[in-house]
Amino acid sequence: MSLTTPDRFGAQSANEVTVRLTSSSRDVKGRAVEWTLLSTLLISLLILVALIVNLVDRAWPILSGRLGDFLSSGIDASSAADAGVWQAIRGTLILSVIVAVVAFPLGIACAVYLEEYAGKSKVAGLIRINVRNLAGVPSIVYGILGLTIFVKFAGGLTGGRTVISGGLALSVLVLPVVIITASEALRAVPRSIREGALGVGATQWETVRSHVLPSAAPGILTGTVLALSRAAGEAAPILLVGAVTGLLRTGNQSLWTQITDGGFTSMPVAIFSYARQTGADFQAVTGAASLILLILVILINGLAIWLRNRFERSW
Amino acid sequence: MSVHDSSLTSTRQNGEVSMSTTPETEKVPVFRTRDLAVYYGDFRAVRDVNVDINGQEITAFIGPSGCGKSTVLRCFDRMNDLIVGARVEGKVEYHGIDLYDKDVDAVEVRRRVGMVFQKPNPFPKSIYDNLAFGPRLNGVKKKGELDAIVESSLKRAALWDEVKDRLKASAMGLSGGQQQRLCIARCIAVEPDVILMDEPCSALDPIATARIEDLMQEIKRDFTIIIVTHNMQQAARVSDRTAFFTTEVNPESDRRTGVLVEFDFTEKIFSNPGDERTEAYVTGRFG
Amino acid sequence: MAHATGQWQTTDLKLSSDRRRSDTRMRWLFTAAALTTLVVTLLIIFILFRDAWSFFVEVPKADLWTLGWFPRRGYFDVKTLVVGTLMVTGIAMLIAVPLGLGVAIYLSEFARPRVRKFLKPIIEILAGIPSVVLGYFAISFINPNIITALVGGANKAFNIAAAGVAVGILTVPIIASVTEDALRAVPLSLREASYGLGARRVPTVFRVVLPASISGVVAALILGISRAIGETMVVAIAAGAVGGGLFSTDPFKPGQTMTAAMAALGFGSDQVAGDGLAFQSLFFIGFLLFVFTLLLNLLGDRLVRRVREEY
Repeated sequence: MSLTTPDRFGAQSANEVTVRLTSSSRDVKGRAVEWTLLSTLLISLLILVALIVNLVDRAWPILSGRLGDFLSSGIDASSAADAGVWQAIRGTLILSVIVAVVAFPLGIACAVYLEEYAGKSKVAGLIRINVRNLAGVPSIVYGILGLTIFVKFAGGLTGGRTVISGGLALSVLVLPVVIITASEALRAVPRSIREGALGVGATQWETVRSHVLPSAAPGILTGTVLALSRAAGEAAPILLVGAVTGLLRTGNQSLWTQITDGGFTSMPVAIFSYARQTGADFQAVTGAASLILLILVILINGLAIWLRNRFERSW
Repeated sequence: MSVHDSSLTSTRQNGEVSMSTTPETEKVPVFRTRDLAVYYGDFRAVRDVNVDINGQEITAFIGPSGCGKSTVLRCFDRMNDLIVGARVEGKVEYHGIDLYDKDVDAVEVRRRVGMVFQKPNPFPKSIYDNLAFGPRLNGVKKKGELDAIVESSLKRAALWDEVKDRLKASAMGLSGGQQQRLCIARCIAVEPDVILMDEPCSALDPIATARIEDLMQEIKRDFTIIIVTHNMQQAARVSDRTAFFTTEVNPESDRRTGVLVEFDFTEKIFSNPGDERTEAYVTGRFG
Repeated sequence: MAHATGQWQTTDLKLSSDRRRSDTRMRWLFTAAALTTLVVTLLIIFILFRDAWSFFVEVPKADLWTLGWFPRRGYFDVKTLVVGTLMVTGIAMLIAVPLGLGVAIYLSEFARPRVRKFLKPIIEILAGIPSVVLGYFAISFINPNIITALVGGANKAFNIAAAGVAVGILTVPIIASVTEDALRAVPLSLREASYGLGARRVPTVFRVVLPASISGVVAALILGISRAIGETMVVAIAAGAVGGGLFSTDPFKPGQTMTAAMAALGFGSDQVAGDGLAFQSLFFIGFLLFVFTLLLNLLGDRLVRRVREEY
């Protein structure tokens, strides 16, 4: 029995209609578009692969030859055979600690203010917009800030061109990121929990301390780890604050002296420094340093994602 | 600040307010409101509320949606303070003290005037910690004392037998009805003298609802209870006095303002209401 | 419960002073923390403006429009830097816009949930790559392999194009994530309406969903541009022209952007010289950069907030 339709649609047999309904796979144009879009994703993947392969390829002489030596040698921009990254690794670690100590409490406190105390007031709106703008300021501007304030103005306190100044500059850079992610984490805590605490006669601080912060802690943790990863990869502010790019002699000074008085460097700065060297033998050095930094950053990000998944809470 | 030894009931008919005083020398109003109005920004949510809430009684606020019953309830524990732009005008007196006096600390008010919310909101912690939270804030540190408070609060909330073996388990694992009783126990733990209940049973099944209604009757000896409810039958079953609110449309702004229509003994409200609007609501003709 | 009967005083409703003081103290602490962010912005503006103004006042104006940017020799041709920045940004957007939009549209509208979960981390990893690493990638891979292939070897070892491509790669994640947010904010009911009329997925996406999310897409592009403009290290490594650059519009030659010029000025021996005109030009360029990116960010932010609430 065939289906019939009014003449203006043309007579169609059951067969034709069936074909129409089931032949979505014949939608050639649609498929083509979908594949084009998928290809953008695949190109991105390809870029990532090309990056890693290229780095490994360039770094191979060092990875296979003198990895241990590389990891333990100091920064040396004059001789590729002696160049290493241990001071850079140490610098990055110290910078990370400073960022964690300075930016995290400050950023979380600011987020608590915005979410728990200020609500929708005008001041809160102004601060929020300000934070969002700061998040988009080019990192080199934070370098200028670091140079002017932490190195020159407060030189007596920070020791001038020290890792402390660098860490402070990075902390300011990363502060907006911490604030934004911590705010999101606080906002995700349901209002009913706060009302429950206030309802039995808790002050606002007691409510935040006992209920809101513990509930938001996983989200805040994830956000701070991501901020740390960002800080670890930044070079421009550190350069302006006076990181050493050529040769760094740390000699036999105590750790405290080195931190408060001595020169310093970090992984991104070391990579920048080595990348500028024209000798072909520096290719391996730069490649190896880049690979190490990349692995470090991926590990930190991976940690953040793992934390996020582990503590994902459904209310 | 004299102790009032008579309770006040008011009815409004044709725009005129008439007062009748019933001498009940043993009952002292815990709350008294005079011309209470609440604004959210420019919007007047509820106006001209005059009620006396007596101790050891259950007072019900009933009325259609949007009539301001919850708003008025939240005046009694100053929860409206949390809403940006909320403003309270008129007087709310608690044991004769102006609740909104600048020397009165809202946090202390909330300890004495507890609140149970529509959707049970236990803390995502253990049952024990839920109950111990309030007392710890108030300085109770010793484990022995806390244990005693936890046990007695749970007993008074009729939850002890069900949870006594798993006090350290998470409160989120309890059923809805159990969670709500936990919230009531949590209030009781800080020894309030008033418990406000904002539609406490609307998220619960009928059996859990019945248990909470029974619980209310048991604890009203020790606490003054004010309950907001959508469920008229519940109000009729449970309360001693009832206040009926309704909404009035403001012709200029087309917004609804809540207003207290009638406040009297529950029996009277439901069997022989003074105002025709009350009658229309309780007989189900509207709302 | 000391007053079952009898008179109550206002003081009965006072909170223990320890708790009240503690609460007030913490409140002030949090407020101070929030105010520091305002202080930071004010400091940035003040620091940049003070020396930028001083530079602008002192510099012989003819030196601002000259053959190139050689600050140590007194040539401060700003347009060299601006053109350099525009070229890098332009090339970057050529890469980042198709890739970023494509990725976002695919992940949001076409990918099945399991596929999405698998592929989305690619973008997140891309977002985490430090810019110095991409800068090195530009000179060690992009330039020898891709650019050379494009122009048959007519390019220099350091050039704008290679840097531009690398900046483009850097910008893909931000365009992708903001666009994806915008697409996901489009209500399901809109899509259902389209499918209900018999439309297939592709027309639905391009004729219904994308137009509905256009302000978010535009925001993504604006924020991407802002990111590309502000990128420093990639250009510092890959575009060459460390000491300065002649004015040029050829992307296959070395070039100088605002950010790289600032980097070149800000480190090394110039700092010792301190207050020379050359050093002050750092602040001048910085101020211009700050204003550009601020305006772009404000605009992009306005559009983003139309798409979703707050952050």
